[in-house]
Amino acid sequence: MTVNRRKFIGAGLLTLSGLALIPTVNVFAGIDKNKLSEGTVRWGIAMDMEALATKGPKVIEEAAAACHRVHNVPKIELQEEAVKWIWGEPYEKSFADQKHPYLNESFLNSLFPVLCNHCDNAPCVRVCPTGATFKREDGIVMMDYHRCIGCRYCMAACPFGARSFNFMDPRPYVKEPNPDYPLRQRGVVEKCNFCAERLAAGKQPACVEVNDALVFGDLNDEKSHIWKMLNSRYSIRRRPGLGTGPNIYYLV
Amino acid sequence: MLHKALSGDKTYWRWVTFLLVLIGLGMSSYLWQFRSGLTVTGLTRDVSWGLYIGQFTFLVGVAASAVMVVIPYYLHNQKEFGRVTVFGEFLAVAAVVMCMLFIIVDLGQPQRLLNILRYPTPNSVMFWDMMVLGGYLLLNILIGWNMLESERKDVPPPRWVKPLIYMSIPWAVSIHTVTGFLYAGLGGRHYWFTALTAARFLASAFAAGPALLIILCLIMNRVSSFEVDKQVLQKLVTVVTYAMVITVFFVLLEVFTGFYSQVPGHMLSLKHLFQIPYMWLSALLAVGALIILLNRNSRSNSNALIAACIAVFVSLWLEKGLGFIAGGFVLTSFERVATYMPTIPEMMISIGVWAIGFLILTILFKVAVTVKRESV
Repeated sequence: MTVNRRKFIGAGLLTLSGLALIPTVNVFAGIDKNKLSEGTVRWGIAMDMEALATKGPKVIEEAAAACHRVHNVPKIELQEEAVKWIWGEPYEKSFADQKHPYLNESFLNSLFPVLCNHCDNAPCVRVCPTGATFKREDGIVMMDYHRCIGCRYCMAACPFGARSFNFMDPRPYVKEPNPDYPLRQRGVVEKCNFCAERLAAGKQPACVEVNDALVFGDLNDEKSHIWKMLNSRYSIRRRPGLGTGPNIYYLV
Repeated sequence: MLHKALSGDKTYWRWVTFLLVLIGLGMSSYLWQFRSGLTVTGLTRDVSWGLYIGQFTFLVGVAASAVMVVIPYYLHNQKEFGRVTVFGEFLAVAAVVMCMLFIIVDLGQPQRLLNILRYPTPNSVMFWDMMVLGGYLLLNILIGWNMLESERKDVPPPRWVKPLIYMSIPWAVSIHTVTGFLYAGLGGRHYWFTALTAARFLASAFAAGPALLIILCLIMNRVSSFEVDKQVLQKLVTVVTYAMVITVFFVLLEVFTGFYSQVPGHMLSLKHLFQIPYMWLSALLAVGALIILLNRNSRSNSNALIAACIAVFVSLWLEKGLGFIAGGFVLTSFERVATYMPTIPEMMISIGVWAIGFLILTILFKVAVTVKRESV
């Protein structure tokens, strides 16, 4: 066989493309990495709605304020472009698929705190094209603000409206920045991170710390307070039929 | 061959200048968006995709529809299609470039676009969409350019082009299927969450794309010496007619499922979507187009045919380029009704991207028309 220039370049390119083999295999071998491993910690929050109701709607605002303060969440007045990690929605909105004509007005209007559900099978993690949204071993759905390209596929996928996009530079809207947590830039998505940075320091999530009607704990631990609460009382989750496995429980 | 696009008459240069002006306006609007963020658009936390992603979706269909002139020529050996096949492939090239630009202008952090390749995530449909669109662009450039070049040199095309052509046929179907999966795989969006999405996309693409190609052929017929075969035209009209009938049928299937089952999600999305006036305009145009297309007398009249093709194109552009995205977001996860209206800069940017696409189309078509005229 005679080797001419054409054949040489062809064979060279083919050989070079072999270098892509291992990375490609690794990519496909990693498909399962988003699945939750069994038997590890699984964080969740249970909200005692009766206790919350007796405290009045102000406590939800306080919890949101505490959360937004420690995480440098910008305070944007324009509701359409607002950034929110946790806030209150009336029952008739947060549980729009679970109401009937005989529920009384005050219950329909009572505020339920809503936030990222840190789903077991999170659609946002599945659709993210860069891995900027990922699931940790302990079930927390986390975001890498520096990898996010701002495609907002996760916002289309999230059935809970829990994600916010920075339509503009958020920095002018953070009055007193907390130096212990990063500020974001415009063009990235953000959401509740279950206070991963506080958990690492052995603290409770900010919203739970200021509000004892909210109980945070390990759902895999039968001795935990949250496990006992969920085991002894009736609780509901938002849109359970979608199979995402939310980890925020509402005791009603 | 590209130099053939550098000589043209006054009309040609006027048209190119016009497109360049639109591109300039679009670019300056984009600079504004790039500096201030997507706040300059009408997008909100509830309607997080809009005009850009709608145009992207619609244009993937236009790109995929090239297959409707490739199949008759290469698979069914209908020689008369040979004159338009390359125009279909070049239309696909322009459409895919527009798709990619619409994705880029939609990104919050466009400079990080390559993160999709740096951190490949096969579980994301968007990753696959980028793969198949890139591949399809490459295929059509290679095929179209080589076929045309061999025609110019009056030699048979290189042997390696044939397998690429066969590959491009299922590939065309794949780009729109994957784009359909972007939406059909989201359980929380009632309007999108149906197995019919990809099929609906393909059907409407095979109506809108060939309709555009017919319009373009007739325009070229007027402004250049290019003559399109009557038989080819009639066959393309047949494709448009069937595809349009199937598209309307698919929409009615959705309406049946929603309203007969009375399941709120599906039904309410449709109800609220059809509160938007342009959806009714789209329906009206679809019916009007079908009346012309299904009637033998009217469709053989060239003026009525042009009207029908424009009606098909505009109807499906409204339905897919605007309505489809709005339908997915119209009901928020808190079951509030969310409205969306694109802003002026958003429209300017979109017009700019369309102008870039039409400039590419003009250059490629100019080259192809000149080569074909010289080779006759």
